[in-house]
Amino acid sequence: MKRSPATLALRWSGRVLVAVILLFVLLPGVVVAISAFNDRAILQFPPQSWSLRWFWRAFSYADFAKGFWNGLTVTVWASSIAVVVGSAFAFAIHRYKFALRDFLEGILLSPLIIPHYTVGLGILILASQTGIGRGFPLVIFAHVVMVLPFVMRSTYISLENLDTRLELAASSLGATPLRILFTVTIPLLIPGLLSGWLFAAILSFNEFTATLFVSSQATQTLPVAMYNYVREFADPTLAALSVIYIVVTATLLTIANSFLGLGKILNVDAH
Amino acid sequence: MNTRPFLGWFVSPAGLVAVGLIAAMLAVFQYSVRAYIPGTLEVGGFTWANFEAMLRPLYALAFWNTVLLCFETALFTLLLAYPLAYALTRTNSSALRSFILIVSVTPLFLGEVVRTYSWMIVLGNNGFLNSLLLKLGLLDRPLQMMFTAGGVVAALVHVTMPIMVIMLAAALSHIDRNYEKAAESLGAGPIRIFLTITLPLSMPGIVAGFSTAFAWTFSAFATPQLIGGGRVATVSTLIYQLGFSSFNFPFAASLSIIGLALSLAVIALLKKAASPLERMAGTT
Repeated sequence: MKRSPATLALRWSGRVLVAVILLFVLLPGVVVAISAFNDRAILQFPPQSWSLRWFWRAFSYADFAKGFWNGLTVTVWASSIAVVVGSAFAFAIHRYKFALRDFLEGILLSPLIIPHYTVGLGILILASQTGIGRGFPLVIFAHVVMVLPFVMRSTYISLENLDTRLELAASSLGATPLRILFTVTIPLLIPGLLSGWLFAAILSFNEFTATLFVSSQATQTLPVAMYNYVREFADPTLAALSVIYIVVTATLLTIANSFLGLGKILNVDAH
Repeated sequence: MNTRPFLGWFVSPAGLVAVGLIAAMLAVFQYSVRAYIPGTLEVGGFTWANFEAMLRPLYALAFWNTVLLCFETALFTLLLAYPLAYALTRTNSSALRSFILIVSVTPLFLGEVVRTYSWMIVLGNNGFLNSLLLKLGLLDRPLQMMFTAGGVVAALVHVTMPIMVIMLAAALSHIDRNYEKAAESLGAGPIRIFLTITLPLSMPGIVAGFSTAFAWTFSAFATPQLIGGGRVATVSTLIYQLGFSSFNFPFAASLSIIGLALSLAVIALLKKAASPLERMAGTT
């Protein structure tokens, strides 16, 4: 079919529009990358001289190192707990009807709409009332609550795509439910569970607002340490750290995209 | 034979988490009606004083500002995210698809602090935009963008873009392309096809994306706090100030209750306002 000039013009203006929007999305990242290599402590565009010293400072600043390890501890625990709890629950709501099913689902999905500061404040008040204290278990619990909806969603989508005839076949050959679960269902769900874990881990590592409320000086995670830094100092150390952050995250996502298909996980692929 | 194997084992851990979350929410409710005793973390008896105090202009204004900020952010995010989501689902090049997907999704995983910081560098008086505009001679002195509501909106749009793109792309990818082909074969132009078929059919995604963007913005703290610099008061920054500067947790709790109610009400309203549109598109 021959396209009219008007259609062609529309097509090209659409392309230009998309390019401009992509530029808007990329702009802050590019600007941060430039300023991370700026030698001077004061912001300057374009930088007069270049250096790597802010990267060294980012690595040697004690609060960042501590925040990184704290964050890693919280992230590994929270996303692992969330994967076990969330996928088991997703399995139950996908397969069964039971009392309080919709109620429980609504409660566990609610952190998607409840402001994070409300959840953070609630957990903080609860901790002070019950005398639990602001240790790691509290921060981990807050993170489990935050990432659970994403894990539930990821497992639920995998269950939708699971061929239940395989389970029926195993069952007809005499396998017990427990054996089917461990030899058929869970192995088939592995990609979904892995991507759920990865998403939960990335979200947990970056969670800020609720963590600010529930963490203490001893348990502060990297985003909280970064927030405190930016309030005290104006030098490009945080820019250097942001560059590391962006590179690591983009690399992880590119790997996830090629192995697991990001489009499929995010449900944006055409069917 | 048990027809629901593992039910108890699979539901009870989630039930425990739910109990914890409910307890936390109840704690907020309970604190919101307790009296504040200055200088201590203890709370006094039951009172409505916290909610009455919210009628003062300072707080009423903060609520109004926050709602306005959220609307502006959600609207601009929608306008910018739609073309991206459209390109993402309609392009034939898989390289371009992956590129758009990675570029628009990566910011989702960077966290609010990194993204807000990068906007501080873009918007600051010695920042990227001001330096660029001064060099080009378009300005003769730096334009104040930090500590303004406009700056906060720009950064918040950037923060909410990824989730909006994902939700719109999910809706757009599930539209049956045959409707568009049928309209085309009947002689409809591309703009007419878009306005009468694609746009109405993607309405569920628009509503979901808009309300999520609204809720996220409502919940945002680092961006209004750092870019607003105390000059753009929102519900979240007030709650933090009340909680951690004056340790007035009862008032912070009542603010977050009203904040939660307001955000739920707006989302419910949005869904209601959009349902005639969805019916028109025949998707409900």
